[in-house]
Amino acid sequence: MLADLIESLAKIVFIFSVNIGFFAPVLGWVERKQSAVMQDRIGANRADIFGFTAIGLFHSLADAVKVLVKEDFIPAGANKFFHTVAPFICLVPAIVTFTVVPFGGSYTVFGHEVQLVIADLDVGILFVFAVSSLAAYGVVLSGWASRSNWSLLGALRASAQMLSYEVAMGLTIIGIIMVFGTLKLTEIGAMQENFFKWGIFLQPVGFILFFTCAIAENKRAPFDMPEAESELVAGYFTEYSGLKFVMFWMAEFLEIVTIAGIVTTLFFGAWHLPFVTDQKLLEFFLFAGPNGAAVLAILTNIVTFFAKVVFFIWLQMTIRWTLPRFRYDQVMRLCWKMILPLALINILITGLVLLL
Amino acid sequence: MCEYGTWQQVIPYTDRLNYVSPLINNVGYALAVEKLIGVQAPERCQYIRVIASELSRIADHLTNVAAGGLELGAFTAFLYFVEARELVWDLIEMLCGARVTANYVRIGGLKNDLPDGFQEKTKQVFARCRELWKDVDKLLTKNRIFIDRVKDVGNMPADEAIAYGFTGPCLRACGVPYDVRKSQPYLVYDRFDFEVPIGETGDNFDKYLVRMEEILQSMRIVEQAFQQLPSGPVNIDMPQFRWQSKDDIGSRIDSLIFHFKTVIEGIKPPPGEIYQAVEGGNGEVGFYLVSDGTGKPYKCRVRPPCFPLTAAMSRMMKGRLIADIVPTFDMINMIGGECDR
Repeated sequence: MLADLIESLAKIVFIFSVNIGFFAPVLGWVERKQSAVMQDRIGANRADIFGFTAIGLFHSLADAVKVLVKEDFIPAGANKFFHTVAPFICLVPAIVTFTVVPFGGSYTVFGHEVQLVIADLDVGILFVFAVSSLAAYGVVLSGWASRSNWSLLGALRASAQMLSYEVAMGLTIIGIIMVFGTLKLTEIGAMQENFFKWGIFLQPVGFILFFTCAIAENKRAPFDMPEAESELVAGYFTEYSGLKFVMFWMAEFLEIVTIAGIVTTLFFGAWHLPFVTDQKLLEFFLFAGPNGAAVLAILTNIVTFFAKVVFFIWLQMTIRWTLPRFRYDQVMRLCWKMILPLALINILITGLVLLL
Repeated sequence: MCEYGTWQQVIPYTDRLNYVSPLINNVGYALAVEKLIGVQAPERCQYIRVIASELSRIADHLTNVAAGGLELGAFTAFLYFVEARELVWDLIEMLCGARVTANYVRIGGLKNDLPDGFQEKTKQVFARCRELWKDVDKLLTKNRIFIDRVKDVGNMPADEAIAYGFTGPCLRACGVPYDVRKSQPYLVYDRFDFEVPIGETGDNFDKYLVRMEEILQSMRIVEQAFQQLPSGPVNIDMPQFRWQSKDDIGSRIDSLIFHFKTVIEGIKPPPGEIYQAVEGGNGEVGFYLVSDGTGKPYKCRVRPPCFPLTAAMSRMMKGRLIADIVPTFDMINMIGGECDR
């Protein structure tokens, strides 16, 4: 019982610190630095401590200090309660969704079975959708409560876009669920032990569609209509400042991580190295004794998983800094007239293949 | 404003017309006054004016395409072309000491000859510009999202475009091959081999393509101009219109007198009126000048290319979405200094 509690706490602290403590601030730096590299600029390098800039990493620190001391502005006539609550509604789902994403297999350490996922829910992937769609409330509330036309228009666009892509995204992963026959993310991950059983080989179309929908769901370029700066200033968070503003950004960055995590789990072999099963890993590390082998295998799993996650974060950033923005009707057309039918056809073909 | 200063004092004002390509405006005004006087600048001066104009045109088109990308969210393409634009402005800075307010051309000559090493520097800059051009071409020209945003938006039939008074890239995008450099060659443009790209429908995508192609054509013109560049003086040898060298002014009494007279009273073109057009970054920049024989212009009127384009915005936007205003307004490249005077 105590061991279980310690295990759970350790996992929660680990994921929380990785996400909030590492990814959220570092992604701010990555976004600046990667865009700078792509655009032949020098990028973030001004913030320094005694002359050390750490290739711009201190900017995250400077940002944190800045937002903490900034005025928390609430526009006149805004609904104070909802205006304050909206960023939390945006941020919480972004944090929570990662709980069901497994970052390693299950091992026995000192006679105690450790499963590298915070909550191994039966509904797994459904939980991700259920929670992430809650973020739409945050966006709509923030737009409505700000009492600003830009915000309201941004929120309207955001809600329509998020709802539409929610539908399409749900359909795009039905194929992968049919193939693996389970909703549990841990089981889906475990089934991809064989390199040729990775989701990308079984559902290549599903991957592309899902990835597109996921980026659209996260409202990042080329789908950043809700905050198109040449049309709507900053969209639904125009009237936010200080910490609340940063909460929207953190939510966006965490969603990037979550998307990368889910894509890795569903389509890219989760925590598995190609051609290396967990059993092989344990045998390879046997020199450290059974317990040491398990610990080393766990570490390898975690490193592998997060390496893949980092790759997909990089991919999303590259897309964001390469493509221009869609027009609003084009986004909707893409969703309803292209992704949705393609997803349905994908399901049909998957079903036929499974039947035969 | 021009009518309160002497003829020479107008030149800095022309910098402010289309401030992205000020040299073309300088050249246009100087040509107009020279036409009024009835003189022609020395050959070397004409070549250098062509080089300066084409560098400005490159900078103008680069800025326009870059801004178009930026407003559609293609921030990377924007910065690529801004880098190229900065390089071209480095050249212009080398040429005349200023980046934006060039004030380089004089009536009957130039402020100074080409600086040393200008040709080599241009070669390096063009090599880099062509790389960046290719990058942006890859980023935008076949990008489905970009095409969706700009194609069939802001269409303009050729006859209506002419009726509105379109000129420049926007008219050529409609399929009318009208370019002042070809139809009424000024300076030495008739000696160069370059093409005038035209579009078909006049939509924003055609405007974009026309501008992209003109960047390359302008580079060709500059390279040819360097090959053909003759030696000789850059200033006309008529001290009543263009100062002689500072050495002469300091040592010869007649030069000093002419200098004093032209600075205090202004040069005096014969009475008359003329219209002289040049191909600016956005289209035909025309100068209509009237002289009453005194040292100040009696009338100085500029025909801006942006004004008719801006006037046609409502026609181009009829029945479209608000989001379509963004690329359309960018592609007509309205420059406030030129449009609103």
